[in-house]
Amino acid sequence: MTATPDSLSRPRTARRVARTAQRAEQAKTRLSSPWATAISIAVAILWTVPTFGLLLSSFRPEQQIKTTGWWTFFSDPQLTLKNYTEVLFGGSTQLSTFFVNSIVITIPSVVIPITLALLAAYAFAWIDFRGRDFLFVAVFALQIVPIQVTLIPLLQTYVDLSLAGSYWTVWLSHSIFALPLAIFLLHNFMKDIPRSLVEAARVDGAGHVQIFFRVLLPLLVPAIAAFGIFQFLWVWNDLLVALTFAGGTQNVAPLTVRIAELSGTRGTAWHLLSAGAFVAMIVPLLVFLSLQRYFVRGLLAGSVKG
Amino acid sequence: MANRLACRGITATVGVAVLTLGAVACGGTGSTTADQAANVDCKPYKKYGDLSGKQITVYTSIVAPEDQPHINSYKPFEQCTGAKVVYEGSKEFEAQVVVRAKSGNAPDIAYVPQPGLLQTLVRDTKAVKPASKGVVDNVDKYFGKDWKSYGTVDGAFYAAPIGANVKSFVWYSPKQFAKKGYQVPQTWDDMIALSDQIVKDGGKPWCAGIGSGEATGWPATDWMEDVMLRMYGPDVYNQWVTHKIPFNDPKVAAVLAKVGSILKNPDYVNGGLGDVTSVASTTFQDAGLPILDGTCFLHRQASFYQANWPEGTKVGKDGDVYAFYLPPINKKFGKPVLGGGEFAVAFSDRPEVVAFQEFLSSPEWANLKAKEGNWISANTGLDIANVDTPVNKLSVQLLQDPNAVFRFDGSDLMPGEVGAGSFWTEMTNWIANNKPDKQVLNAIERSWPK
Repeated sequence: MTATPDSLSRPRTARRVARTAQRAEQAKTRLSSPWATAISIAVAILWTVPTFGLLLSSFRPEQQIKTTGWWTFFSDPQLTLKNYTEVLFGGSTQLSTFFVNSIVITIPSVVIPITLALLAAYAFAWIDFRGRDFLFVAVFALQIVPIQVTLIPLLQTYVDLSLAGSYWTVWLSHSIFALPLAIFLLHNFMKDIPRSLVEAARVDGAGHVQIFFRVLLPLLVPAIAAFGIFQFLWVWNDLLVALTFAGGTQNVAPLTVRIAELSGTRGTAWHLLSAGAFVAMIVPLLVFLSLQRYFVRGLLAGSVKG
Repeated sequence: MANRLACRGITATVGVAVLTLGAVACGGTGSTTADQAANVDCKPYKKYGDLSGKQITVYTSIVAPEDQPHINSYKPFEQCTGAKVVYEGSKEFEAQVVVRAKSGNAPDIAYVPQPGLLQTLVRDTKAVKPASKGVVDNVDKYFGKDWKSYGTVDGAFYAAPIGANVKSFVWYSPKQFAKKGYQVPQTWDDMIALSDQIVKDGGKPWCAGIGSGEATGWPATDWMEDVMLRMYGPDVYNQWVTHKIPFNDPKVAAVLAKVGSILKNPDYVNGGLGDVTSVASTTFQDAGLPILDGTCFLHRQASFYQANWPEGTKVGKDGDVYAFYLPPINKKFGKPVLGGGEFAVAFSDRPEVVAFQEFLSSPEWANLKAKEGNWISANTGLDIANVDTPVNKLSVQLLQDPNAVFRFDGSDLMPGEVGAGSFWTEMTNWIANNKPDKQVLNAIERSWPK
């Protein structure tokens, strides 16, 4: 009796394993065939060409940008740094001011939602309380609310609290918009950690605080990093929230607001845009490249398994 | 292990960010603010009283580098009254000002570039304050009646006109004209004869482009408005923009046909740029540039197009490019001038804001601002000697000409659904997809809000 399922299942499992291995092998040979390689290289080139053209454009003289395409560079090579000097030092306020503003806006806008979401996610995952599931669904459902709908009521609230025109409006808004997704992602990740681990810690006499800091936090680093990058890129590239809440006030306006206005009142200076785009791109690019591993790993861990 | 790596990764990135920031901060040079006028005559500012320590915020759609002349022009006011004017410009002004007014975060003064937006602000936000007596007196004294009417909503006067631009211009190259022996046309028929002459000489006379991002189509609406004013005069024009006559009226159809005889004539367009459909795909900024290399001879565009010529282009009667007044069709209607402008709207009645709004409507400010360059106003107190470029001088002459009949850009007066919607898109369809005149006009008529 006891032997039957075993003897039956073993060859089946073995067969299944063999088949999977075979399939993986097939996929591998298919993917690494010269054809597949050629296609992926072609796709990579195709995807890079516009960015490359943009980069080349940013170094071309104004007259050239306005009259010809970037490819004419190869028949008539002319390069200049004028666009970059204009972008960096041209405006009435230095670009560095906006750069600092962007960083001052972005860092708290990443730290605040992650801190709050970690606490909330812990509560949703490991603390039993009445209405937990309902509350969790409610928080997640808040993601459906479009940002645009909230702009005017939020701004009204800020004006009533006399926060308008300060960094707080932008920090709070970004935190509000980020929290539902942050809680969802981190909660799913926390749920994945084996219950036995948490119970073992509890048996050893650890409270919630100790479990959170000693057991869970070290395991959560990839997820936190992934969401951190996600939120960082979103806030850094954001124009709508900054424009609405920080206005165009130079004390608090981020880089994106400046870039949006680079081309001048009637869009006549659009030759500066390619240079401006690359200046704005540097920081997100660095962040993304240096944390790329966590991004892929953490995002998969958080969302797919959940 | 993994966490330690992650931590190191994060610290490294923060380090890089700080480094980049440092590099940018180090690279900055102190921007030089224009030196303040040494001795300002404070006499005209006495009436505003002492406003020391007061602050006025100004919100406009004019951004760097065009904002600096505005900021400079406030300096005498700031010096004499002691008030401080904080300038803020945004290209998203038109959407943002409504959001800010609705949520109680309105600026003190806003420069509204369209009468239609002024109506929205007055009716929907109820945050706009009526103009003070000082402003009304200035406007009565220095501006035409038509200008005052554009700042009026539902019988109440709110907004003082400030800047202006003239749209009834045709850009051309005096050098090319001299070389080929062409004359600047004085009547519409002359202009058509000239176009035919250019065609006979193997050239394409006109170049045009109506591309402008979301606003693609507006240069074509300006064509319609200019021709409407010239064929049927200012009264029919008013009926048309206020929908007293339908958009598919035979008169409007005749105007569209007239515009089509140039813009959709394959012999006439599109000099140096392509065939008729290229009118739709070329941006308005680029459309006049073929004049410089002689592949195009005529380009109808507003006075502000002078900012589009590449650096080093000489603008003037004997220069590389210049503009002539788009000639009239029917002598009966005098000299119709199509244009636009901005209006200063106050969202507060604090004394310093009232004083500043009055200052903006005064001839003192108009002259100060004109001296800063590349700016004109319909203020009759503006001294033409203070206006810089030849095209601006020409524009002021037109605006102050007693024979001239000024009309505001019609698409800015029509309801947003039409003036910033179907009128643009249908004119684009008309050119890009060769949509028949009748269908175009019917489509716009249908979109007019009931």
